[in-house]
Amino acid sequence: MGVSRRNFLKIAGISLLGLGAKPAYDVFAGRDLPEFAQGEEAREAKRWAMVIDTRKCRDKDGCQDCILACHRAHNVPDVGNSRQEIKWIWTEPYENAFPNQEHEFLEETLKHRPVIVLCNHCDDPPCVRVCPTKATFKREDGIVMMDYHRCIGCRFCMAACPYGSRSFNWGDPRRAPKEKNPDFPTNPNFPTRTKGVVEKCNFCEERLVAGLLPACVEACKEKALIFGDLGNPDSDVRKVLRSHYTIRRKPGLGTGPAIYYIV
Amino acid sequence: MKMYDAGKIIVGIIVFVTLITFPFWYNRGKAAPSPKPKLLTREKECVEPTPYMKTSHMRLLNEWRNSVVREGNRLYISSNGKKYSMNLANTSLSDSCMGCHSKKAEFCDQCHNYVGVKPYCWDCHIEPKEKR
Ligand code: HEC
Ligand code: HEC
Ligand code: HEC
Repeated sequence: MGVSRRNFLKIAGISLLGLGAKPAYDVFAGRDLPEFAQGEEAREAKRWAMVIDTRKCRDKDGCQDCILACHRAHNVPDVGNSRQEIKWIWTEPYENAFPNQEHEFLEETLKHRPVIVLCNHCDDPPCVRVCPTKATFKREDGIVMMDYHRCIGCRFCMAACPYGSRSFNWGDPRRAPKEKNPDFPTNPNFPTRTKGVVEKCNFCEERLVAGLLPACVEACKEKALIFGDLGNPDSDVRKVLRSHYTIRRKPGLGTGPAIYYIV
Repeated sequence: MKMYDAGKIIVGIIVFVTLITFPFWYNRGKAAPSPKPKLLTREKECVEPTPYMKTSHMRLLNEWRNSVVREGNRLYISSNGKKYSMNLANTSLSDSCMGCHSKKAEFCDQCHNYVGVKPYCWDCHIEPKEKR
């Protein structure tokens, strides 16, 4: 006999292994693995940023176009209670928006000028640093994004944000008073949030991937909001920044806001 | 051998056995009907092969969610090369889950009620309006 018992077992074992590999081969061969891709119309940037021309807001006192457009696009309800209000974009008096950049004898018009404020999508966002679940994170293109699926409602980010850009859902947004929100949810194609999560501006990330501009920018008839890529020297924001004096909110904190103001 | 209180004990045992087996003989011969999700779409196939969808649609949804929210992707290229919008409930996209399966109550809920799962997704994602 040429084959010893020992060798027979070895060969038999190896053959069995081969048989076992066949089903595994069948599963993977001839079937490509699925892939993920950006939309074809997606707008891309090295660093998204916005310039707000507050002079144009002054001329249209009480204008709420950008605020309404944003809040309608993202199903932000009016909870009718200023202590629990939810806001993605709103107005602050000049001295609240720019503390340390005001003084007693400020130009009259400046003093009373409402300043549009929103999430600054900072270079070095303190909210991202404190979030224990990485629900808030910074994208490559500079957008400080929230993953509502991961938010546990601890509100560390709210304590960390020096601009008050974050709101907490004290109640279910779908139960906000009907008389103030007759047609809520205003945009059935964007999810609402739920009780117990924090929310904030997302720089209209969902519109950018569809090739659109942010809702607030699109809504402003005065063109007071200018949006674009800081990484591109020919972009609208870079052009405006080159030709105007601009300031940012609380620059001394070193957060590096991406929202610039012409005052 | 003598059994004290034999009558009471035997009656007690019979009552006990009857009670404990109640669910078995009450449902005798009837299995709970298996769910029949209604498809209600003109399309022929789902995003991935049906057996995979049956068992793993929740995993696919998790992958979509992470890819969209955390990586900024919107397109899913399935294993047979077709493109779909990675979206759960946006009915303006005909290739989102609810774009095809537009009646949640007659599709998703059929199975979910049967197995007793209640995905919390709908606390935020907006159910398509039922048109009658
Ligand atoms: C292009 C339209 C389309 C889209 C988009 C789509 N489906 Fe389907 N789905 C179908 C069709 C058609 C079937 C039935 C296939 C068959 O009969 O084999 C199906 C089957 C299924 C089944 C199995 C149903 C059963 O009877 O066992 C599940 C579960 C399912 N889909 C869930 C989803 C989820 C979740 C999504 C989103 C991730 C989705 N579908 C997106 C068309 C679609
Ligand atoms: C063929 C039956 C069937 C259909 C149709 C179906 N599901 Fe499911 N789904 C299940 C089962 C079974 C589970 C629970 C699996 C488990 O708990 O392990 C589940 C679980 C889920 C989960 C995870 C829930 C959780 O709490 O973990 C999500 C999300 C989900 N389904 C979404 C959908 C959506 C959206 C649709 C409709 C487009 C749908 N399903 C249609 C059978 C179905
Ligand atoms: C706390 C609210 C909330 C809950 C609960 C929630 N989502 Fe979302 N989800 C969102 C928001 C808001 C977005 C939109 C992010 C964007 O487009 O910028 C989103 C996006 C998504 C997306 C990608 C695009 C889209 O709009 O469909 C998927 C897929 C998704 N969620 C799946 C799920 C699933 C599956 C569940 C349940 C297991 C779930 N979500 C529960 C808030 C929620």
